[in-house]
Amino acid sequence: MSEWTLFEVFIRSKHGLNHKHVGSVHAADAEMAIENARDLYTRRNEGVSIWVVPSAAITATASDEKEPLFDPAEDKVYRHASFYELPDEVGHM
Amino acid sequence: MYAQQVETGVKAVKSLAEMGPEERAFQEKIDAEIKIEAKNWMPDNYRKTLIRQISQHAHSEIVGMLPEGNWVTRAPTLKRKLQLMAKIQDEAGHGLYLYSAMETLGADRDEEIEKLHSGRAKYSSIFNYPTLNWADMGAVGWLVDGAAIVNQVVLQRTSYGPYSRAMIRICKEESFHQRQGYEILLHMMRHGTQAQKDMVQDAINRLWWPSLMMFGPSDAESPNSAQSMAWKIKRHTNDELRQRFIDQTVPQLEILGCTAPDPDLKWNEERGHYDFGEIQWEEFYEVLKGNGPCNRERLETRRNAIQDGAWVREAAVAHANKKQKQQAAA
Ligand SMILES: [Fe+2]
Ligand SMILES: [Fe+2]
Repeated sequence: MSEWTLFEVFIRSKHGLNHKHVGSVHAADAEMAIENARDLYTRRNEGVSIWVVPSAAITATASDEKEPLFDPAEDKVYRHASFYELPDEVGHM
Repeated sequence: MYAQQVETGVKAVKSLAEMGPEERAFQEKIDAEIKIEAKNWMPDNYRKTLIRQISQHAHSEIVGMLPEGNWVTRAPTLKRKLQLMAKIQDEAGHGLYLYSAMETLGADRDEEIEKLHSGRAKYSSIFNYPTLNWADMGAVGWLVDGAAIVNQVVLQRTSYGPYSRAMIRICKEESFHQRQGYEILLHMMRHGTQAQKDMVQDAINRLWWPSLMMFGPSDAESPNSAQSMAWKIKRHTNDELRQRFIDQTVPQLEILGCTAPDPDLKWNEERGHYDFGEIQWEEFYEVLKGNGPCNRERLETRRNAIQDGAWVREAAVAHANKKQKQQAAA
């Protein structure tokens, strides 16, 4: 077994963007995880902010949940702007 | 290739009709170029083969730092030293991206590293050759990273999502490695003394064939290729990639004003490719078995690094525990 905790790393690449998952690091604690993530994932200015989260703390959807979980959104076409047909004279809306 | 021989544990590739429903759905996703992610169902052999392939690849990045580490204290100028250190640090990063991808498959990094140190896991044969003069740093960047790029560019499209994403990251960083290596050689050839020019040719003479061996055995000797290609964890055969590398490298060799140690190397108009001589496969298999010029030294260096660093890792854990207790008490 690994001696250190596994952390997932999320990076905000530019101001105004979301943090995005980039990978993981091992570290003795969260502070060290940030330092390791800095060395590993931002050697060329790839980030302005880093989050680290212990991998064990993440709850994810199981792959076999895909259908019951996401299917309900599939038949609701009326949630999209393109569903509503308006005459041309209305112009851009 | 950084993973030169990866056992798949599969005798014959199954057709869709021979598969159960889960495996068929899995193979159809791969055929449709849909990435497999960590939580998706996958055949046991696919998982095991990927762990072997990605760990071999990761070990190669890590051991690959050692031949270059030899020149950090010997680099001719501060500029070259900084460039070399930046490249070596990237290679450490590549190893870690790959271990991270491997761990999504349920493998444990420390366990896989232990397999490397006890000689049960392979890494690329190329890193068992010594780096004898400064031009070797140029030749390694140009030829070794160049060969790695040919392999890694196609692996960006590999079927396993985390592996593919690690490859995309790695490829972004590799072209710096190859260009800095080529520039070292070009500088020596254009501005160097005769002795320095001779060093360049000497480095190429020693590293040329081992670089061609990086792509692994010829297709006829690669029994695992068919399954790996069906799973799309390998996208081209060893011989195809080797040919691609040679075709792109020979013109660069000519710009340097150097030659390859291969009297049979010549352009074949009909094939539209360079012909080249016979590779000494006995040498390749000997190096892979552990009998190359530096195998023992490389593994010993790795084992010492882990042992000598044990107190640092223990201290880091003790420090983290102490801080946690202090925070809990406050
Ligand atoms: Fe690399
Ligand atoms: Fe590299």
